[in-house]
Amino acid sequence: MKAVAKIAAMVSALLVIAAGLLYSSRTVSAAAQGQITGTIKLDGQVPHQKPIDMSKDPSCAQTHTGAPATAENVVVGPNGGLANVVVYISQGLSGNESVASQPVKMEQKGCQYFPHVLAMNVGQHLTVLNDDKTAHNIHPEPKPGGGNIPWNKSQMEGSPAVDAVWSTPEVAIPVKCNIHPWMRAYIAVVKGPFGVSNESGSFKLDGLAAGTYTLTAWHETYGTQTQTVTIAAGKPVSVDFTFKAK
Amino acid sequence: MAGKIFAAIVVLVTLATAYCVIAHVWWMPVDISVHGPKIDQQLEETMLVAGLLFVAGQVVLAAFVFLYGGAKNRPKQIPGGAKYLVLFAFLIVGAEILALSFVGSKAWGAVYFEAPDPNSLHIDVQAGQFAYYFRYPGPDGTFGALHPELINEGNQNFFGIDTDHDPDAKDDIVTAEMAIPVNKPILLTLHSKDVGHSFDVRELRVQQDFVPGLIIPIHFTATQTGRFEIVCTQLCGLGHYNMKAYLSVLSQADYDDWLKKQAAMQ
Repeated sequence: MKAVAKIAAMVSALLVIAAGLLYSSRTVSAAAQGQITGTIKLDGQVPHQKPIDMSKDPSCAQTHTGAPATAENVVVGPNGGLANVVVYISQGLSGNESVASQPVKMEQKGCQYFPHVLAMNVGQHLTVLNDDKTAHNIHPEPKPGGGNIPWNKSQMEGSPAVDAVWSTPEVAIPVKCNIHPWMRAYIAVVKGPFGVSNESGSFKLDGLAAGTYTLTAWHETYGTQTQTVTIAAGKPVSVDFTFKAK
Repeated sequence: MAGKIFAAIVVLVTLATAYCVIAHVWWMPVDISVHGPKIDQQLEETMLVAGLLFVAGQVVLAAFVFLYGGAKNRPKQIPGGAKYLVLFAFLIVGAEILALSFVGSKAWGAVYFEAPDPNSLHIDVQAGQFAYYFRYPGPDGTFGALHPELINEGNQNFFGIDTDHDPDAKDDIVTAEMAIPVNKPILLTLHSKDVGHSFDVRELRVQQDFVPGLIIPIHFTATQTGRFEIVCTQLCGLGHYNMKAYLSVLSQADYDDWLKKQAAMQ
Protein backbone atom coordinates (compact mmCIF):
# COMPACT_ATOMS: atom_id res chain seq x y z
CA MET A 1 0.00 0.00 0.00
CA LYS A 2 2.90 2.28 0.88
CA ALA A 3 4.58 1.46 -2.41
CA VAL A 4 1.45 2.37 -4.34
CA ALA A 5 1.28 5.74 -2.57
CA LYS A 6 4.98 6.33 -3.36
CA ILE A 7 4.46 5.60 -7.06
CA ALA A 8 1.36 7.78 -7.11
CA ALA A 9 3.29 10.63 -5.51
CA MET A 10 6.14 10.27 -8.03
CA VAL A 11 3.74 10.13 -10.97
CA SER A 12 1.83 13.16 -9.77
CA ALA A 13 5.10 15.03 -9.17
CA LEU A 14 6.20 14.18 -12.71
CA LEU A 15 2.84 15.31 -14.01
CA VAL A 16 3.19 18.63 -12.20
CA ILE A 17 6.70 19.12 -13.62
CA ALA A 18 5.51 18.18 -17.11
CA ALA A 19 2.57 20.54 -16.85
CA GLY A 20 4.90 23.26 -15.62
CA LEU A 21 7.25 22.68 -18.53
CA LEU A 22 4.37 22.69 -20.97
CA TYR A 23 3.08 25.92 -19.47
CA SER A 24 6.46 27.62 -19.57
CA SER A 25 7.06 26.53 -23.15
CA ARG A 26 3.61 27.88 -23.96
CA THR A 27 4.53 31.27 -22.57
CA VAL A 28 7.69 31.20 -24.73
CA SER A 29 5.62 30.63 -27.87
CA ALA A 30 3.10 33.22 -26.72
CA ALA A 31 5.98 35.71 -26.59
CA ALA A 32 6.45 35.33 -30.38
CA GLN A 33 2.79 36.17 -30.89
CA GLY A 34 3.47 39.86 -30.32
CA GLN A 35 1.53 42.00 -32.71
CA ILE A 36 1.90 45.56 -33.95
CA THR A 37 -1.11 47.26 -35.45
CA GLY A 38 -1.56 50.84 -36.45
CA THR A 39 -2.83 53.41 -38.88
CA ILE A 40 -0.98 55.60 -41.34
CA LYS A 41 -2.37 59.00 -42.19
CA LEU A 42 -1.47 61.66 -44.70
CA ASP A 43 -1.40 65.18 -43.33
CA GLY A 44 -2.06 67.79 -45.99
CA GLN A 45 -3.45 67.96 -49.45
CA VAL A 46 -3.53 64.78 -51.51
CA PRO A 47 -1.60 65.44 -54.74
CA HIS A 48 -3.55 65.09 -57.98
CA GLN A 49 -3.16 61.63 -59.48
CA LYS A 50 -3.00 61.99 -63.24
CA PRO A 51 -5.25 59.77 -65.34
CA ILE A 52 -3.37 57.27 -67.49
CA ASP A 53 -3.85 57.42 -71.25
CA MET A 54 -3.55 53.83 -72.45
CA SER A 55 -4.46 54.52 -76.09
CA LYS A 56 -1.11 53.16 -77.19
CA ASP A 57 -2.36 49.64 -76.53
CA PRO A 58 -6.10 49.34 -77.34
CA SER A 59 -6.37 46.07 -75.38
CA CYS A 60 -5.34 48.00 -72.25
CA ALA A 61 -7.61 50.97 -72.97
CA GLN A 62 -10.60 48.64 -73.41
CA THR A 63 -10.35 47.48 -69.81
CA HIS A 64 -10.88 51.05 -68.55
CA THR A 65 -13.89 52.23 -70.53
CA GLY A 66 -15.46 53.81 -67.43
CA ALA A 67 -13.25 55.96 -65.25
CA PRO A 68 -9.66 56.03 -66.50
CA ALA A 69 -6.97 54.42 -64.39
CA THR A 70 -4.83 56.94 -62.54
CA ALA A 71 -1.28 57.07 -61.27
CA GLU A 72 -0.87 55.51 -57.81
CA ASN A 73 1.96 57.53 -56.30
CA VAL A 74 -0.25 58.63 -53.41
CA VAL A 75 -3.35 56.55 -52.65
CA VAL A 76 -5.45 57.92 -49.81
CA GLY A 77 -8.69 56.38 -48.53
CA PRO A 78 -11.84 58.34 -47.66
CA ASN A 79 -10.79 58.69 -43.99
CA GLY A 80 -7.35 60.08 -44.82
CA GLY A 81 -5.56 56.76 -44.43
CA LEU A 82 -2.44 56.44 -46.59
CA ALA A 83 -2.30 53.16 -48.50
CA ASN A 84 0.72 51.31 -49.90
CA VAL A 85 3.03 52.02 -46.96
CA VAL A 86 5.36 49.15 -46.15
CA VAL A 87 5.94 48.70 -42.42
CA TYR A 88 8.77 46.42 -41.34
CA ILE A 89 11.32 45.84 -38.59
CA SER A 90 14.59 47.52 -39.52
CA GLN A 91 16.43 46.80 -36.21
CA GLY A 92 16.04 44.38 -33.34
CA LEU A 93 15.37 41.12 -35.13
CA SER A 94 17.03 38.01 -33.67
CA GLY A 95 17.90 36.66 -37.12
CA ASN A 96 15.94 33.45 -36.54
CA GLU A 97 12.73 34.73 -38.12
CA SER A 98 11.08 32.24 -40.43
CA VAL A 99 10.51 33.03 -44.11
CA ALA A 100 6.88 33.30 -45.17
CA SER A 101 6.18 29.98 -46.88
CA GLN A 102 3.35 31.00 -49.21
CA PRO A 103 4.42 32.64 -52.47
CA VAL A 104 3.32 36.25 -52.84
CA LYS A 105 1.32 37.06 -55.95
CA MET A 106 1.59 40.04 -58.29
CA GLU A 107 -0.93 40.35 -61.10
CA GLN A 108 -0.87 42.38 -64.29
CA LYS A 109 -4.48 43.31 -64.87
CA GLY A 110 -5.83 46.12 -67.07
CA CYS A 111 -2.18 47.04 -67.71
CA GLN A 112 -1.57 47.90 -64.08
CA TYR A 113 0.09 45.95 -61.28
CA PHE A 114 -1.97 44.46 -58.45
CA PRO A 115 -0.90 45.13 -55.81
CA HIS A 116 0.91 48.34 -56.64
CA VAL A 117 3.15 47.86 -53.58
CA LEU A 118 3.93 44.47 -52.12
CA ALA A 119 6.21 43.29 -49.37
CA MET A 120 7.88 39.90 -49.08
CA ASN A 121 10.64 38.10 -47.23
CA VAL A 122 14.13 37.39 -48.47
CA GLY A 123 13.88 33.89 -49.93
CA GLN A 124 10.12 33.96 -50.33
CA HIS A 125 8.77 33.15 -53.79
CA LEU A 126 7.19 35.82 -55.97
CA THR A 127 4.63 34.70 -58.57
CA VAL A 128 3.88 37.12 -61.40
CA LEU A 129 0.76 36.53 -63.50
CA ASN A 130 -0.46 38.14 -66.72
CA ASP A 131 -4.26 38.41 -66.91
CA ASP A 132 -4.19 40.79 -69.87
CA LYS A 133 -4.81 40.17 -73.54
CA THR A 134 -1.45 41.68 -74.37
CA ALA A 135 2.21 41.03 -73.71
CA HIS A 136 4.02 42.55 -70.76
CA ASN A 137 7.62 42.57 -69.72
CA ILE A 138 8.39 42.45 -66.03
CA HIS A 139 11.46 44.53 -65.33
CA PRO A 140 12.48 44.96 -61.67
CA GLU A 141 15.38 47.34 -61.19
CA PRO A 142 17.09 46.78 -57.83
CA LYS A 143 19.87 49.17 -56.80
CA PRO A 144 23.12 48.29 -58.56
CA GLY A 145 25.60 46.62 -56.24
CA GLY A 146 22.98 46.02 -53.56
CA GLY A 147 23.00 42.25 -53.87
CA ASN A 148 19.80 41.75 -55.83
CA ILE A 149 20.21 41.16 -59.53
CA PRO A 150 17.97 42.99 -62.04
CA TRP A 151 16.06 40.94 -64.58
CA ASN A 152 13.67 41.52 -67.45
CA LYS A 153 11.27 38.82 -68.61
CA SER A 154 8.61 38.94 -71.29
CA GLN A 155 5.26 37.41 -70.52
CA MET A 156 2.91 36.92 -73.44
CA GLU A 157 -0.84 36.62 -73.11
CA GLY A 158 -1.64 33.29 -71.43
CA SER A 159 1.98 32.53 -70.55
CA PRO A 160 2.78 30.60 -67.36
CA ALA A 161 3.53 32.51 -64.17
CA VAL A 162 6.99 33.98 -63.68
CA ASP A 163 8.68 32.92 -60.44
CA ALA A 164 11.36 34.92 -58.65
CA VAL A 165 13.23 35.04 -55.33
CA TRP A 166 15.23 37.96 -53.88
CA SER A 167 18.47 37.33 -51.99
CA THR A 168 18.95 40.62 -50.12
CA PRO A 169 16.68 42.98 -48.17
CA GLU A 170 15.83 46.06 -50.27
CA VAL A 171 13.07 48.64 -49.75
CA ALA A 172 11.89 48.94 -52.36
CA ILE A 173 12.66 47.55 -55.81
CA PRO A 174 10.82 49.46 -58.56
CA VAL A 175 9.21 47.28 -61.22
CA LYS A 176 8.33 48.55 -64.67
CA CYS A 177 6.96 47.33 -67.96
CA ASN A 178 8.77 48.82 -70.94
CA ILE A 179 5.89 48.04 -73.29
CA HIS A 180 3.48 50.04 -71.11
CA PRO A 181 5.68 52.73 -69.52
CA TRP A 182 2.96 53.96 -67.14
CA MET A 183 3.01 50.64 -65.23
CA ARG A 184 4.85 50.82 -61.93
CA ALA A 185 5.03 48.57 -58.87
CA TYR A 186 7.33 48.40 -55.86
CA ILE A 187 8.54 45.22 -54.16
CA ALA A 188 9.82 45.65 -50.61
CA VAL A 189 12.12 42.75 -49.67
CA VAL A 190 12.58 42.49 -45.90
CA LYS A 191 13.50 40.06 -43.14
CA GLY A 192 10.99 39.24 -40.44
CA PRO A 193 7.36 40.29 -40.16
CA PHE A 194 6.00 43.03 -42.41
CA GLY A 195 2.75 44.76 -43.25
CA VAL A 196 1.43 46.95 -46.05
CA SER A 197 -1.20 49.57 -45.25
CA ASN A 198 -4.58 49.32 -46.96
CA GLU A 199 -6.87 52.14 -48.14
CA SER A 200 -7.93 52.93 -44.58
CA GLY A 201 -4.25 53.22 -43.68
CA SER A 202 -4.20 50.29 -41.29
CA PHE A 203 -1.47 47.68 -41.13
CA LYS A 204 -0.57 44.68 -38.99
CA LEU A 205 2.67 42.88 -38.15
CA ASP A 206 2.38 39.44 -36.55
CA GLY A 207 4.67 36.93 -34.88
CA LEU A 208 7.02 39.19 -32.95
CA ALA A 209 8.88 38.04 -29.85
CA ALA A 210 9.02 40.36 -26.85
CA GLY A 211 11.71 42.98 -27.23
CA THR A 212 12.56 46.44 -28.50
CA TYR A 213 12.44 47.09 -32.22
CA THR A 214 12.92 49.89 -34.70
CA LEU A 215 9.83 50.01 -36.88
CA THR A 216 10.24 51.61 -40.31
CA ALA A 217 7.43 52.81 -42.54
CA TRP A 218 8.28 53.40 -46.21
CA HIS A 219 6.22 55.18 -48.82
CA GLU A 220 7.21 55.57 -52.50
CA THR A 221 6.57 59.34 -52.53
CA TYR A 222 7.07 60.39 -48.91
CA GLY A 223 10.10 58.32 -47.97
CA THR A 224 10.70 56.64 -44.61
CA GLN A 225 9.82 57.22 -40.97
CA THR A 226 10.96 55.21 -37.98
CA GLN A 227 9.70 54.63 -34.44
CA THR A 228 11.04 52.56 -31.57
CA VAL A 229 8.59 50.01 -30.24
CA THR A 230 8.81 47.81 -27.16
CA ILE A 231 6.72 44.69 -27.11
CA ALA A 232 5.93 43.00 -23.83
CA ALA A 233 5.27 39.26 -23.96
CA GLY A 234 2.09 38.54 -25.83
CA LYS A 235 0.74 42.08 -25.70
CA PRO A 236 -0.38 43.81 -28.90
CA VAL A 237 1.08 47.27 -29.49
CA SER A 238 -0.43 50.08 -31.48
CA VAL A 239 1.82 52.40 -33.52
CA ASP A 240 0.63 55.19 -35.81
CA PHE A 241 2.56 57.11 -38.46
CA THR A 242 1.70 60.43 -40.08
CA PHE A 243 3.30 61.46 -43.35
CA LYS A 244 3.30 65.12 -44.32
CA ALA A 245 2.20 65.95 -47.84
CA LYS A 246 4.88 67.96 -49.64
CA MET B 1 15.77 21.22 -121.59
CA ALA B 2 16.18 22.23 -117.92
CA GLY B 3 17.75 25.49 -119.11
CA LYS B 4 14.74 26.30 -121.27
CA ILE B 5 12.29 25.59 -118.43
CA PHE B 6 14.38 27.74 -116.10
CA ALA B 7 14.40 30.58 -118.66
CA ALA B 8 10.60 30.39 -118.91
CA ILE B 9 10.26 30.51 -115.10
CA VAL B 10 12.59 33.53 -114.89
CA VAL B 11 10.46 35.36 -117.49
CA LEU B 12 7.20 34.44 -115.69
CA VAL B 13 8.50 35.60 -112.27
CA THR B 14 9.75 38.84 -113.84
CA LEU B 15 6.41 39.55 -115.53
CA ALA B 16 4.42 38.74 -112.39
CA THR B 17 6.67 41.02 -110.29
CA ALA B 18 6.46 43.82 -112.84
CA TYR B 19 2.67 43.47 -112.94
CA CYS B 20 2.42 43.79 -109.12
CA VAL B 21 4.48 46.99 -109.19
CA ILE B 22 2.76 48.55 -112.22
CA ALA B 23 -0.76 47.68 -110.98
CA HIS B 24 0.11 48.93 -107.44
CA VAL B 25 -1.02 45.62 -105.93
CA TRP B 26 0.93 46.30 -102.74
CA TRP B 27 1.30 50.02 -102.64
CA MET B 28 1.49 52.79 -100.10
CA PRO B 29 -1.70 53.97 -98.41
CA VAL B 30 -3.33 57.17 -99.61
CA ASP B 31 -1.22 60.29 -99.11
CA ILE B 32 -2.58 62.89 -96.66
CA SER B 33 0.22 65.45 -96.70
CA VAL B 34 1.09 68.55 -98.71
CA HIS B 35 4.62 67.40 -99.50
CA GLY B 36 3.55 63.78 -100.14
CA PRO B 37 2.90 64.01 -103.91
CA LYS B 38 6.55 64.97 -104.50
CA ILE B 39 7.72 61.90 -102.60
CA ASP B 40 5.21 59.67 -104.36
CA GLN B 41 6.31 61.00 -107.74
CA GLN B 42 9.94 60.42 -106.86
CA LEU B 43 9.13 56.90 -105.75
CA GLU B 44 7.30 56.23 -109.02
CA GLU B 45 10.30 57.49 -111.00
CA THR B 46 12.70 55.40 -108.96
CA MET B 47 10.53 52.32 -109.42
CA LEU B 48 10.27 52.99 -113.15
CA VAL B 49 14.02 53.33 -113.72
CA ALA B 50 14.94 50.50 -111.35
CA GLY B 51 12.08 48.40 -112.74
CA LEU B 52 13.18 48.82 -116.37
CA LEU B 53 16.71 47.74 -115.48
CA PHE B 54 15.35 44.86 -113.42
CA VAL B 55 13.19 43.59 -116.33
CA ALA B 56 16.01 44.05 -118.83
CA GLY B 57 18.46 42.23 -116.56
CA GLN B 58 16.10 39.30 -116.02
CA VAL B 59 15.29 39.00 -119.74
CA VAL B 60 19.00 38.95 -120.62
CA LEU B 61 19.54 36.30 -117.94
CA ALA B 62 16.66 34.24 -119.35
CA ALA B 63 17.96 34.64 -122.91
CA PHE B 64 21.44 33.46 -121.97
CA VAL B 65 20.08 30.48 -120.05
CA PHE B 66 17.75 29.66 -122.96
CA LEU B 67 20.50 29.82 -125.58
CA TYR B 68 23.42 28.34 -123.65
CA GLY B 69 21.66 26.25 -121.00
CA GLY B 70 22.91 22.95 -122.51
CA ALA B 71 26.39 21.81 -121.57
CA LYS B 72 27.53 21.14 -125.17
CA ASN B 73 27.33 24.54 -126.84
CA ARG B 74 28.28 26.58 -123.78
CA PRO B 75 30.75 29.32 -124.87
CA LYS B 76 34.13 29.44 -123.18
CA GLN B 77 33.94 33.20 -122.69
CA ILE B 78 31.46 36.04 -122.81
CA PRO B 79 30.70 36.91 -126.48
CA GLY B 80 32.56 40.05 -127.46
CA GLY B 81 34.71 39.87 -124.32
CA ALA B 82 34.00 41.17 -120.81
CA LYS B 83 35.53 44.62 -121.31
CA TYR B 84 32.59 46.22 -123.14
CA LEU B 85 30.03 44.51 -120.92
CA VAL B 86 31.64 45.88 -117.77
CA LEU B 87 31.98 49.32 -119.33
CA PHE B 88 28.32 49.26 -120.40
CA ALA B 89 27.16 48.19 -116.89
CA PHE B 90 29.37 50.81 -115.28
CA LEU B 91 27.94 53.60 -117.43
CA ILE B 92 24.30 52.61 -117.18
CA VAL B 93 24.33 51.93 -113.42
CA GLY B 94 26.39 55.05 -112.77
CA ALA B 95 24.04 57.19 -114.85
CA GLU B 96 21.07 55.77 -112.98
CA ILE B 97 22.56 56.45 -109.55
CA LEU B 98 23.51 60.01 -110.52
CA ALA B 99 20.09 60.70 -112.03
CA LEU B 100 18.27 59.36 -108.97
CA SER B 101 20.50 61.34 -106.60
CA PHE B 102 20.06 64.65 -108.45
CA VAL B 103 16.35 64.28 -109.13
CA GLY B 104 15.64 62.69 -105.74
CA SER B 105 17.46 65.37 -103.77
CA LYS B 106 14.82 67.82 -105.00
CA ALA B 107 12.03 65.91 -103.29
CA TRP B 108 14.18 65.41 -100.19
CA GLY B 109 15.22 69.06 -100.14
CA ALA B 110 11.60 70.16 -100.40
CA VAL B 111 10.98 68.42 -97.08
CA TYR B 112 14.22 69.13 -95.21
CA PHE B 113 15.63 72.37 -96.63
CA GLU B 114 12.49 74.44 -96.52
CA ALA B 115 12.02 76.40 -93.33
CA PRO B 116 8.89 75.50 -91.37
CA ASP B 117 5.97 77.92 -91.57
CA PRO B 118 6.41 80.51 -88.78
CA ASN B 119 2.79 79.90 -87.75
CA SER B 120 3.35 76.18 -87.33
CA LEU B 121 1.86 74.35 -84.39
CA HIS B 122 4.91 73.16 -82.46
CA ILE B 123 4.69 69.75 -80.80
CA ASP B 124 7.51 68.17 -78.87
CA VAL B 125 7.83 64.39 -79.37
CA GLN B 126 9.73 62.10 -77.07
CA ALA B 127 10.48 58.50 -77.89
CA GLY B 128 11.55 55.98 -75.28
CA GLN B 129 11.50 52.21 -75.00
CA PHE B 130 8.71 51.54 -76.05
CA ALA B 131 6.29 54.41 -76.36
CA TYR B 132 5.90 57.91 -77.71
CA TYR B 133 4.77 60.89 -75.69
CA PHE B 134 3.74 64.28 -77.06
CA ARG B 135 3.95 67.71 -75.50
CA TYR B 136 1.92 70.80 -76.41
CA PRO B 137 3.16 74.15 -75.07
CA GLY B 138 -0.21 75.20 -73.63
CA PRO B 139 -1.71 78.72 -73.69
CA ASP B 140 1.64 80.49 -73.08
CA GLY B 141 3.11 78.96 -76.24
CA THR B 142 6.35 78.10 -74.44
CA PHE B 143 7.66 74.69 -73.48
CA GLY B 144 8.98 74.19 -69.97
CA ALA B 145 12.63 73.20 -69.64
CA LEU B 146 13.45 69.49 -69.56
CA HIS B 147 15.11 67.95 -66.52
CA PRO B 148 15.90 64.32 -67.34
CA GLU B 149 16.46 63.55 -63.65
CA LEU B 150 12.80 64.40 -63.01
CA ILE B 151 11.52 61.77 -65.46
CA ASN B 152 9.19 59.53 -63.46
CA GLU B 153 6.97 57.37 -65.59
CA GLY B 154 5.09 56.05 -62.56
CA ASN B 155 4.05 59.64 -61.86
CA GLN B 156 3.22 60.30 -65.52
CA ASN B 157 6.14 62.74 -65.82
CA PHE B 158 7.44 61.28 -69.07
CA PHE B 159 9.36 64.38 -70.18
CA GLY B 160 10.94 65.41 -66.88
CA ILE B 161 9.23 68.80 -66.59
CA ASP B 162 9.08 70.70 -63.30
CA THR B 163 5.42 71.68 -62.99
CA ASP B 164 5.92 72.76 -59.36
CA HIS B 165 8.50 75.48 -60.00
CA ASP B 166 8.71 76.19 -63.73
CA PRO B 167 5.96 78.60 -64.91
CA ASP B 168 6.57 77.59 -68.55
CA ALA B 169 6.04 73.93 -67.71
CA LYS B 170 2.89 74.46 -65.65
CA ASP B 171 0.58 74.64 -68.66
CA ASP B 172 2.43 72.10 -70.83
CA ILE B 173 0.07 69.39 -72.00
CA VAL B 174 1.55 65.91 -72.22
CA THR B 175 -0.39 63.28 -74.15
CA ALA B 176 0.01 59.68 -75.21
CA GLU B 177 -1.80 60.30 -78.48
CA MET B 178 -1.01 62.97 -81.05
CA ALA B 179 -3.77 65.14 -82.44
CA ILE B 180 -3.33 67.91 -84.99
CA PRO B 181 -5.69 70.24 -86.84
CA VAL B 182 -6.13 69.50 -90.55
CA ASN B 183 -4.49 71.91 -93.04
CA LYS B 184 -2.35 73.48 -90.31
CA PRO B 185 1.45 73.44 -90.66
CA ILE B 186 2.94 71.25 -87.94
CA LEU B 187 6.48 71.41 -86.59
CA LEU B 188 7.71 68.44 -84.59
CA THR B 189 10.89 68.37 -82.56
CA LEU B 190 11.97 64.79 -82.04
CA HIS B 191 14.14 63.65 -79.17
CA SER B 192 14.82 60.27 -77.67
CA LYS B 193 15.39 59.49 -74.02
CA ASP B 194 17.29 56.26 -74.57
CA VAL B 195 18.17 54.69 -77.94
CA GLY B 196 17.50 55.30 -81.62
CA HIS B 197 13.83 55.21 -82.63
CA SER B 198 11.88 56.49 -85.58
CA PHE B 199 8.70 58.42 -86.25
CA ASP B 200 6.84 56.93 -89.20
CA VAL B 201 3.37 57.81 -90.42
CA ARG B 202 2.98 56.18 -93.81
CA GLU B 203 -0.01 58.32 -94.82
CA LEU B 204 1.96 61.49 -94.06
CA ARG B 205 5.00 60.28 -96.01
CA VAL B 206 7.06 61.16 -92.95
CA GLN B 207 9.73 58.84 -91.65
CA GLN B 208 12.42 60.32 -89.48
CA ASP B 209 14.82 58.73 -87.00
CA PHE B 210 15.20 59.87 -83.42
CA VAL B 211 18.87 60.12 -82.46
CA PRO B 212 19.69 60.24 -78.74
CA GLY B 213 21.28 63.58 -77.90
CA LEU B 214 19.87 65.40 -80.94
CA ILE B 215 16.71 67.44 -81.32
CA ILE B 216 15.54 66.82 -84.86
CA PRO B 217 12.90 69.11 -86.39
CA ILE B 218 10.48 67.89 -89.04
CA HIS B 219 7.50 69.70 -90.51
CA PHE B 220 4.44 68.78 -92.56
CA THR B 221 0.83 69.70 -93.17
CA ALA B 222 -1.95 67.10 -93.14
CA THR B 223 -4.73 67.50 -95.68
CA GLN B 224 -7.26 64.90 -94.53
CA THR B 225 -8.89 64.08 -91.22
CA GLY B 226 -8.66 60.57 -89.83
CA ARG B 227 -6.86 58.34 -87.38
CA PHE B 228 -3.47 56.97 -88.37
CA GLU B 229 -0.77 54.86 -86.81
CA ILE B 230 2.61 56.23 -85.73
CA VAL B 231 5.06 53.35 -85.68
CA CYS B 232 8.69 52.90 -84.77
CA THR B 233 10.65 51.67 -87.80
CA GLN B 234 14.05 51.57 -86.12
CA LEU B 235 14.72 48.34 -84.21
CA CYS B 236 15.00 49.60 -80.63
CA GLY B 237 14.76 46.57 -78.33
CA LEU B 238 12.53 43.71 -77.29
CA GLY B 239 9.32 45.75 -77.27
CA HIS B 240 10.00 47.39 -80.65
CA TYR B 241 7.10 45.53 -82.27
CA ASN B 242 4.76 47.19 -79.77
CA MET B 243 6.10 50.72 -80.03
CA LYS B 244 3.36 52.80 -81.54
CA ALA B 245 0.95 55.64 -80.94
CA TYR B 246 -1.96 57.12 -82.83
CA LEU B 247 -2.25 60.32 -84.80
CA SER B 248 -5.67 61.97 -85.06
CA VAL B 249 -6.05 64.59 -87.73
CA LEU B 250 -9.06 66.64 -86.62
CA SER B 251 -11.00 69.68 -87.73
CA GLN B 252 -9.89 72.83 -85.89
CA ALA B 253 -13.00 72.72 -83.65
CA ASP B 254 -12.52 69.04 -82.77
CA TYR B 255 -8.85 69.69 -82.13
CA ASP B 256 -9.62 72.56 -79.74
CA ASP B 257 -12.04 70.30 -77.84
CA TRP B 258 -9.50 67.51 -77.69
CA LEU B 259 -6.77 69.82 -76.40
CA LYS B 260 -9.11 71.19 -73.72
CA LYS B 261 -9.89 67.65 -72.57
CA GLN B 262 -6.20 66.78 -72.47
CA ALA B 263 -5.41 69.93 -70.50
CA ALA B 264 -8.04 68.97 -67.93
CA MET B 265 -6.37 65.58 -67.46
CA GLN B 266 -2.93 67.01 -66.59
